[in-house]
Amino acid sequence: MDKDVLIRMANSIGDFFEAMPDRDRAIADIADHIRKFWVPDMRREILDDLEAGHAKGLSEIVRVALTQYRSKLYPALTAHEARS
Amino acid sequence: MRAAIDAGIQIPRLCATDSLEPFGSCRLCLVEIEGRKGYPSSCTTPAAAGMKVRTQTPKLQELRKGVMELYISDHPLDCLTCAANGNCELQTMAGVTGLRAVRYGVGSQFGGAHHLNSVKDESNPYFTYDPSKCIVCSRCVRACEETQGTFALTISGRGFASRVSAGMGELFLDSECVSCGACVQACPTATLQEKSLIELGQPEHSVMTTCAYCGVGCGFKAEMKGNQVVRMVPWKDGKANEGHSCVKGRFAWGYTTHKDRIKQPMVRAKITDPWREVGWDEAIAYAASEFRRIQKKYGRTSIGGITSSRCTNEETYLVQKLVRAAFGNNNTDTCARVCHSPTGYGLGQTYGTSAGTQTFKSVEKADVVLVIGANPTDAHPVFASRLKKRLRKGGKLIVADPRTIALVKSPHIHAEQHLKLLPGTNVALLTALAHVIVAEGLQNQAFIDERCDAQSFSEWVQFVSRPENSPEAMADVCGVPAATIRAAARLYATGKSDGTAADVAQHRPNGAIYYGLGVTEHAQGSTAVMGIANLAMLTGNIGREGVGVNPLRGQNNVQGSCDMGSFPHEFPGYRHVSDSTVRGQFEAAWGVTLDPEPGLRLSNMFDAAVAGSFKGLYCNGEDIVQSDPDTQHVAAALIAMECIVVQDIFLNETAKYAHVFLPGSTFLEKDGTFTNAERRISRVRRVMPPLAGFADWEITVKLANALDLPMHYAHPSEIMTEIAALVPTFHNVSFEKIDRLGSVQWPCNENTPEAGMSTMHVKGFTRGKGRFLITKYVPSDEKVTRKYPLILTTGRILSQYNVGAQTRRTQNLAWCDEDTLEIHPVDAEDRGIQDGNWVGIQSRAGRTVMRAVVTDRMQPGVVYTTFHFPESGANVVTTDSSDWATNCPEYKVTAVQVTPVSEPSAWQSEHLHFSQVQEALLEQGLAAGVTAK
Ligand code: SF4
Ligand code: SF4
Ligand code: SF4
Ligand code: FES
Repeated sequence: MDKDVLIRMANSIGDFFEAMPDRDRAIADIADHIRKFWVPDMRREILDDLEAGHAKGLSEIVRVALTQYRSKLYPALTAHEARS
Repeated sequence: MRAAIDAGIQIPRLCATDSLEPFGSCRLCLVEIEGRKGYPSSCTTPAAAGMKVRTQTPKLQELRKGVMELYISDHPLDCLTCAANGNCELQTMAGVTGLRAVRYGVGSQFGGAHHLNSVKDESNPYFTYDPSKCIVCSRCVRACEETQGTFALTISGRGFASRVSAGMGELFLDSECVSCGACVQACPTATLQEKSLIELGQPEHSVMTTCAYCGVGCGFKAEMKGNQVVRMVPWKDGKANEGHSCVKGRFAWGYTTHKDRIKQPMVRAKITDPWREVGWDEAIAYAASEFRRIQKKYGRTSIGGITSSRCTNEETYLVQKLVRAAFGNNNTDTCARVCHSPTGYGLGQTYGTSAGTQTFKSVEKADVVLVIGANPTDAHPVFASRLKKRLRKGGKLIVADPRTIALVKSPHIHAEQHLKLLPGTNVALLTALAHVIVAEGLQNQAFIDERCDAQSFSEWVQFVSRPENSPEAMADVCGVPAATIRAAARLYATGKSDGTAADVAQHRPNGAIYYGLGVTEHAQGSTAVMGIANLAMLTGNIGREGVGVNPLRGQNNVQGSCDMGSFPHEFPGYRHVSDSTVRGQFEAAWGVTLDPEPGLRLSNMFDAAVAGSFKGLYCNGEDIVQSDPDTQHVAAALIAMECIVVQDIFLNETAKYAHVFLPGSTFLEKDGTFTNAERRISRVRRVMPPLAGFADWEITVKLANALDLPMHYAHPSEIMTEIAALVPTFHNVSFEKIDRLGSVQWPCNENTPEAGMSTMHVKGFTRGKGRFLITKYVPSDEKVTRKYPLILTTGRILSQYNVGAQTRRTQNLAWCDEDTLEIHPVDAEDRGIQDGNWVGIQSRAGRTVMRAVVTDRMQPGVVYTTFHFPESGANVVTTDSSDWATNCPEYKVTAVQVTPVSEPSAWQSEHLHFSQVQEALLEQGLAAGVTAK
């Protein structure tokens, strides 16, 4: 999908949680939101872009969230996928 | 009179009717009261203990006969050919009083003045006004005032010369009349009469059902002659509407039998091919094989399905089941995505339930009402009437809206505070309102301490108390003077614009918030919903009648489509797909393994289609091409797909990009349930057979079976049984119960009253403690620039409904037959634009052309349009900007430039050409079908 669309979506999620006083909680919440609402492909794409240095437009807090929670966010092959 | 009726005694009457306040003009209801002189009218005489009343004596009979005689002497005696024959109260009363002859003669029989030659007013497309039959009982006038609140009718002239008149002697169509039908309903004679009834005659049976337009969900009695609707009459006992209606539900049902209805399934390999009419089996088999082929080639997640509010709960449930269980992914979404998804998220996060907290009736107990980002007189008319009734009786009103909507000032109603804010600044405003309440000590601390999460509150208080969240700091951002924000905050919290903590210490008023898409359809839509939820908790306005947080849902079954799990991340009942316990229950019930990963949202589907990974869509009743933002992007997405299956009643804009067309059914052709904005589940009942042979749920069943997902439902009630078993908040919902009680409200289970919960969060919040959430204002990406110096915001009008597919095919066109651009006189003058000129509207997404309406309803810098007509292309201009949490599009804020032009935009020319080509391809298909038969 269009990188810019994903970056913009991620940043707007970051904007909301960044206002919370507990930064660790905010970072966890950003990751949690993305985990809950983004399909695996979208998560994979943004994480790959970030790793490859192609996600320059990402805000600082989103960058931290994606990095810190990478393993939770990066889609594994689910049992379901393995079967299908 | 009421006492007599309660005692089972009927007293003749004409000007009294149970839906209106007594008036005492016809003098037919005379009675004798022991110890009193004369013959008082019983309708206006209150019963008292020990009162002895005679309702029937020879003297009374004589008096009543005399009254009737006078009426009939100026009334045509064409009863046999009158449309009201068999259902006329005048006729009945003439019978009851035993009138046998009219001494004065009738009309001009013995000379004398009369009204029998009066000219009919046929200007309203749906009802006539025949003054010759009027008995001047004022029921219509009172209905227009009391029930509808429009005050369009008066009795002009005095004594014998008095007649009902719309406005200042205008035709109904030219008057303030909004064609709600309340006067027609109230009229005891054929004076105000539905044209359909005049044409078809009195109905012979009737069926209760639910309106399929807006989220009010009015109950209607479909009065029928065989399979033909004679008229739709609002249901007196319908809890959402209590006998009232608006022009859409009452009259705009003609689309159901419109000639454009498609009655035969059609397929084509490419969208440049002519359509080919085929049998149901072939169409279903083709769709199923295409979906499987695509999945084989592009992967399991390359297809999806969407529902709309036209689907019943049962149909929505089946479509999401088909997607999850037969497609094997969670790529299912619904039109709620583009309207109220932020409500689900925002209220879910703060209160734990994704729905409004009250009934509509609750507004009767509200002292102060805050209407923000909603235009109920146009979009939720029957609720607006109920609200206006309360306001006329003393309720106070705050309106927060960029435009001067009708509610701000209308007969006997004015908003004590109008916050005419700039589009896109709701969050700034809501936080500033909270700032005032906290700074001035107006909050309900006892409620907060008992019911809300302490930590979230203390963090939140620190946030709202910051100087940058004060009205003084936010005034420029919102475009509303700080003093007005302060006054509005005080009014909501204390009931007075200058109220203080001392006032609330004595008495706390009931404050209710009603909001609509002007809150949700923003980049910060979810944040604004949280801001509203915060305000209600802060003032303790939750958990009883007269208060609450009330989303005015746009479409009839938006609530239901969310409840039924038409979301890519949630199963029915708002449970995340990653929850393995819940997933296990669905897996057991459906006999398949389910995907634990969230699926694509609607806008993600388009993005994925353009990127090449999403290739097939089952689209149920939703016209995404017209209704979704950034039309050209949506069209590009659809063109990139290989199989689009559209199930709809007309060849709508989306169907022009489709490969399979499955002709669906209207609400009159199917059984099921709709859930309105009050969480009220009401029955939709079939009154005529489906024109194309099947109800929508039956078509989904066929498709599921063709995809090897066996479905064997004989009736939608069986689907509801399955839903009730799987969704805890629906455990005790059944068709049998709804039939018995009229409607039920979820949650409806072992922990609730039999008919479910009318008011939510009474003792505690669904999530336990209410959670305050910090709502930092983030300006929209859609900022005004030199290139795009105006903000465009969009909305709806009364007579048309959403994409207009239905209402454009009715005589509602008499009120509105095009979308226009509303612009403030100053902006118009700057650009040399005059009222009625064609103007071009350009945004970063696209350009379109419409006619301008210059009006000071707007504020300088803001322009407004609707999206009811495809050719106007309002959504060509709207952009992909969307809510951070739910991707609900930001329809309400688009930076644009407006210029005078002389010709349609390039998009409009292309659209016209494309539409003509598609219509020709349809014609070819239909013609070939006829020859083949
Ligand atoms: S149709 Fe409704 S608005 Fe029009 S005159 Fe009758 S009651 Fe009033
Ligand atoms: S139009 Fe009907 S309701 Fe109105 S005054 Fe005449 S008879 Fe009564
Ligand atoms: S459109 Fe809405 S207000 Fe009008 S009749 Fe239907 S449900 Fe009621
Ligand atoms: S019904 Fe009582 S005066 Fe008309």
